[in-house]
Amino acid sequence: MEWASQLCENRGLGSKMTDSKYFTTTKKGEIFELKAELNSDKKEKKKEAVKKVIASMTVGKDVSALFPDVVNCMQTDNLELKKLVYLYLMNYAKSQPDMAIMAVNTFVKDCEDPNPLIRALAVRTMGCIRVDKITEYLCEPLRKCLKDEDPYVRKTAAVCVAKLHDINAQLVEDQGFLDTLKDLISDSNPMVVANAVAALSEIAESHPNSNLLDLNPQTINKLLTALNECTEWGQIFILDCLANYMPRDDRESQSICERVTPRLSHANSAVVLSAVKVLMKFMEMLPKDLDYYGTLLKKLAPPLVTLLSAEPELQYVALRNINLIVQKRPEILKHEMKVFFVKYNDPIYVKLEKLDIMIRLASQANIAQVLAELKEYATEVDVDFVRKAVRAIGRCAIKVEQSAERCVSTLLDLIQTKVNYVVQEAIVVIKDIFRKYPNKYESVIATLCENLDSLDEPEARAAMIWIVGEYAERIDNADELLESFLEGFHDESTQVQLQLLTAIVKLFLKKPTETQELVQQVLSLATQDSDNPDLRDRGYIYWRLLSTDPVAAKEVVLAEKPLISEETDLIEPTLLEELICHIGTLASVYHKPPSAFVEGSRGVQHKRIPARAGSGESAESSDVGQSGPSEAPPAVIPSQGDLLGDLLNLDLAPPTATVPSVQPSMQMGAMDLLGGGLDSLLGGDIGGSPSMGAGLGVAPAAMPTALGIAPAVGGGLGDLFDLGGGVGMPTGSYVAPKTVWLPAMKAKGLEISGTFARRGGIIQMDLTLTNKAMSVMTDFAIQFNRNSFGLAPAGPLQVLTPLSPNQTIDVSLPLSTSGPVMKMEPLNNLQVAVKNNIDVFYFSCQYPLSLIFVEDGKMERQVFLATWKDIPNDNEAQFQIKDIHLNSDAASNKLQGSNIFTIAKRTVEGQDMLYQSVKLTNGIWVLAEMRIQTGNPNYTLSIKCRAPEVCQFVFLCYELVLKN
Amino acid sequence: MIGGLFIYNHKGEVLISRVYRDDIGRNAVDAFRVNVIHARQQVRSPVTNIARTSFFHVKRSNIWLAAVTKQNVNAAMVFEFLYKMCDVMTAYFGKISEENIKNNFVLIYELLDEILDFGYPQNSETGALKTFITQQGIKSQHHTKEEQSQITSQVTGQIGWRREGIKYRRNELFLDVLESVNLLMSPQGQVLSAHVSGRVVMKSYLSGMPECKFGMNDKIVIDKQGKGGTTDDSGKSELGGSGKQSIAIDDCTFHQCVRLSKFDSERSISFIPPDGEYELMRYRTTKDIILPFRVIPLVREVGRTKLEVKVVIKSNFKPSLLAQKIEVRIPTPLNTSGVQVICMKGKAKYKASENAIVWKIKRMAGMKESQISAEIELLPTNDKKKWARPPISMNFEVPFAPSGLKVRYLKVFEPKLNYSDHDVIKWVRYIGRSGIYETRC
Repeated sequence: MEWASQLCENRGLGSKMTDSKYFTTTKKGEIFELKAELNSDKKEKKKEAVKKVIASMTVGKDVSALFPDVVNCMQTDNLELKKLVYLYLMNYAKSQPDMAIMAVNTFVKDCEDPNPLIRALAVRTMGCIRVDKITEYLCEPLRKCLKDEDPYVRKTAAVCVAKLHDINAQLVEDQGFLDTLKDLISDSNPMVVANAVAALSEIAESHPNSNLLDLNPQTINKLLTALNECTEWGQIFILDCLANYMPRDDRESQSICERVTPRLSHANSAVVLSAVKVLMKFMEMLPKDLDYYGTLLKKLAPPLVTLLSAEPELQYVALRNINLIVQKRPEILKHEMKVFFVKYNDPIYVKLEKLDIMIRLASQANIAQVLAELKEYATEVDVDFVRKAVRAIGRCAIKVEQSAERCVSTLLDLIQTKVNYVVQEAIVVIKDIFRKYPNKYESVIATLCENLDSLDEPEARAAMIWIVGEYAERIDNADELLESFLEGFHDESTQVQLQLLTAIVKLFLKKPTETQELVQQVLSLATQDSDNPDLRDRGYIYWRLLSTDPVAAKEVVLAEKPLISEETDLIEPTLLEELICHIGTLASVYHKPPSAFVEGSRGVQHKRIPARAGSGESAESSDVGQSGPSEAPPAVIPSQGDLLGDLLNLDLAPPTATVPSVQPSMQMGAMDLLGGGLDSLLGGDIGGSPSMGAGLGVAPAAMPTALGIAPAVGGGLGDLFDLGGGVGMPTGSYVAPKTVWLPAMKAKGLEISGTFARRGGIIQMDLTLTNKAMSVMTDFAIQFNRNSFGLAPAGPLQVLTPLSPNQTIDVSLPLSTSGPVMKMEPLNNLQVAVKNNIDVFYFSCQYPLSLIFVEDGKMERQVFLATWKDIPNDNEAQFQIKDIHLNSDAASNKLQGSNIFTIAKRTVEGQDMLYQSVKLTNGIWVLAEMRIQTGNPNYTLSIKCRAPEVCQFVFLCYELVLKN
Repeated sequence: MIGGLFIYNHKGEVLISRVYRDDIGRNAVDAFRVNVIHARQQVRSPVTNIARTSFFHVKRSNIWLAAVTKQNVNAAMVFEFLYKMCDVMTAYFGKISEENIKNNFVLIYELLDEILDFGYPQNSETGALKTFITQQGIKSQHHTKEEQSQITSQVTGQIGWRREGIKYRRNELFLDVLESVNLLMSPQGQVLSAHVSGRVVMKSYLSGMPECKFGMNDKIVIDKQGKGGTTDDSGKSELGGSGKQSIAIDDCTFHQCVRLSKFDSERSISFIPPDGEYELMRYRTTKDIILPFRVIPLVREVGRTKLEVKVVIKSNFKPSLLAQKIEVRIPTPLNTSGVQVICMKGKAKYKASENAIVWKIKRMAGMKESQISAEIELLPTNDKKKWARPPISMNFEVPFAPSGLKVRYLKVFEPKLNYSDHDVIKWVRYIGRSGIYETRC
């Protein structure tokens, strides 16, 4: 922020009169001088002084002391001065609410000024002053301005309603502004219409169920008329609003489409993308045999391609959207492969996105061209890009069978380059090719084995080990190769360890005579010397299998593997539908539903595509999700990257980037069984293993055997499914207000208050750090003691700037549940150590158990019944929740927000019985039965759990959630 | 919507910070600096999510513009807005530089207040803004009442880009057809991809509120007319050059003054133009492109320490036309120790800092051929990684439109004032430039 003073040195006595001179005030007595100047009689001097004040404000100096003097300058007919004063007011009114009242009179007066520009300016600025007392005075002027004769004032007033709503929603409703706003949709001026639509859309978003934006054919018609006449930005507001409308039938849908298509030729890319959104959505309703449907499809391609000649940032947004469109309707761009070829000078983010789309568009017709390009890319400089290109070659092999052979030979060429990361990436994809085309390309194994030593990345090592284990009978020295890996077993990553264990067991089953020693060695390494529960559990399962029934072991371990799907990272269909409704927005850039990155209630409602109309609805419904030639929807596990995103900094172990999909039914079966029957014991393992398709997921029958021997560990591994499931869910869990955890007295001036929250599956510790000492604090760090559920910081404490005296900072610390576990007293106690440059401080706090209730905690009904019966009655605990005035539906909705799921509801003699389930991060299930007697504010809650000590805390969560 | 807008210098110091929404705190300013401007690696995305806050950024020379939001905003709109913001600033004070921004900070705040209300972009046409933004000369407080209402009706009106009552003694307009031709060619001379992205830029100095109609040799229009029987054969002699009469336009976009629904239904381009310079349309073609130059590379590795490069360029247009500013850029490996170049025409130089041989030719007529050969000495390295062989790129300027686009007419009607289409002086010019024009070697 020093530039202001530097600047004055550099420029000296510049002859040019420019604004930068306002930054050159002397430090000493500055405020005092300004005060004098502000009260000067001369207009010019006043104006200069206000400019100086604004300059100081920009560089972050506190000039709030001048508030009364600046406000005094407000009463002027000089528009320029007025604007400057308003700018100041917007910044400081909040910190000086009492003095801000002084400005009200002038505002009210300005709202009646004969000059429409001043009226608009006043109403615009007033809305930006977020002081409760001012808002009361705002109502009357606003009401007048909404009906002003000048359209410029009306369009400004329309936005002001949204501002006021953001400050005080109730006030807006009480004053009837919403109705006035609705009336403005019929305004004669297109810009007023556009702003009214924008304001209404925003307000409607925070009231998902209100019928605020009551779109009917008449209003739609008005909007479409305004669409032709308003500014580019207005067109965007209107198109985005139109996209939320559900046409009544295909005819209406077609007529809207016809009126929206001209927008595809607009120079503004955002107008084009919003138009594409409307068309993509409404097209869904048109019968496919309609001529117009085909015409529309054809019209969509050229504008999408044109977006790629925009500036790179926009290209990136366009490509992320095209990625969605290609998944939804591959036919639109199937002939446009060439435009996605990477240019040498494209920024890396554009290159990576283009590559993604190239693979999606690859088909038998264009595969030769694509392969030639990919091979070219594999020699580029950027490591990420090269890796992705190599991976893409592998995906082409899997997608287009005719090209597999060429792909494999291309990959072998690349392996010959000996560039380390290219080789590793190639081996990872060759493993997938082997799985897709068994017994076809095994001749290359020898070449792969030559590169064994150069592999240093876990994924490549794991892939190579898988190959060796899978083809052990054809590799003469398979035992030697695997043995060589075994030496450093404990230094390997979990992924490699698991793979090595499985590979050696496979080897043993294939060549039992020579390898008995080896298998014993690995089993003992895995079960006795390892503290990783995943590894241990898998080791025990194999051990038990091998010792009890080797034939069964063979059937399980060497079972035929399910085929892997062609498209490995398709976005899951329901999410795709939702994202299509968000074309052009951030959600479509992140490929995540808005609820995953927007706080609060805004944008959390899920949008959906309208269903196709017409008689053949049932017959056609299967076409809706059509994305490939296969009839059944492809079974896909979306890659973690897509769903969760690196953006949220989630540390998800273990990284399995190409997760081969498993048949859905089988997968579900395995999960249910684990969830219900095995509880916590195997929860972690399922998360860790699907990538290689080893024995576990395939053989549910083998599970019960394992139950007996596996040690009773409380899980503790950050369960993949927990985190993965959380993102798409609504986040409505209750967050307690912050309480002081560490008083300043005890910590040499550092005060910490905080609370816990679970947002979209992510556990966060929200902290407020206040420096009440005299010196600056820096170098913050945080650590937790072992605790009952393995809570641990998932990242460092992000205090970016030093905390100066009297400064307060809010930090959100993401937590994981993969830390060390130790039972605490009370169970939810957390001991925390915070360090700064002064000292280390300790405190303890208690978190609500709902923090670790996971999003996929809804149990199957049958499983629930079985589990309920299975848990001994001694483990049941009964509680009374008093003074709740909610009906059963409201209560269950509220609880669902905190991941307490209602599985079934029964009504017996006026008494509602809710059956509910909760799953903790460590896999423990808690079952509950809640009895609600109509008219009786006291609920009876029975909780059953295998670990009865949690019941008390679950009850507390119920109480907390229901009472808030 | 947009929650705030920050402008930083290259060091990450804030020059301008305007917050529109309550959910954006002062710490957002720092978060962007720390995570993006000061980040060690290259920028991997123009959109960054830091602690549930999304940052959109664009860079102009060494100035960072960042828009911030916590909501699910229209991302395309935010970027379009940032570009527009740059345009408006450039129109007011020229180049976007640290000094200019500091010198005009009050103006920028005033602009930001006007073109973004509560994070919603409002009218951002410079022409309209200049009528009432108070900084820099134009003082609106002296406007009469009629003038005031005229301003507001223009800002909110249907023709926000033009004000009434413009008068010129000489009604004149200039039409520039500017094309950039892009090519990616394989070493064997196979066209991997080629397209022309063109712009029609117009400078109009016309009185009143003229109604204009623009016509070009668009295949769809010509075919339609052909069917109708009223073929306009007079265009034939004018076209000459390429010999083709109409071109297939893949897609086009228009300035907001063009009536899109009319284009959609009749494919006619009609509009009331802004005053002064603006871009009327952009278009893209991929079929029957005249590639003005062909590059034939030959790279031979002689042992491990020497490369022989021979590049031939052939011009492919009418001999009477002259191409200008020709530049061929031949990349050399990083371990180059010395280069000897021989060329028949122009000047060639090895530029070590750019890792390339740059061959420049001032002028070259059509249907000619020229050649360069170079010997590149290499230092022996034990670097395992192969040289990536970047493509050979080319720059040039030619006086015709490589897409084959021709302007057929631009008619002007102004019913209220007494001047007719014939009185307007019209100038048309075609310039074809190289976009990304690359041949792999």
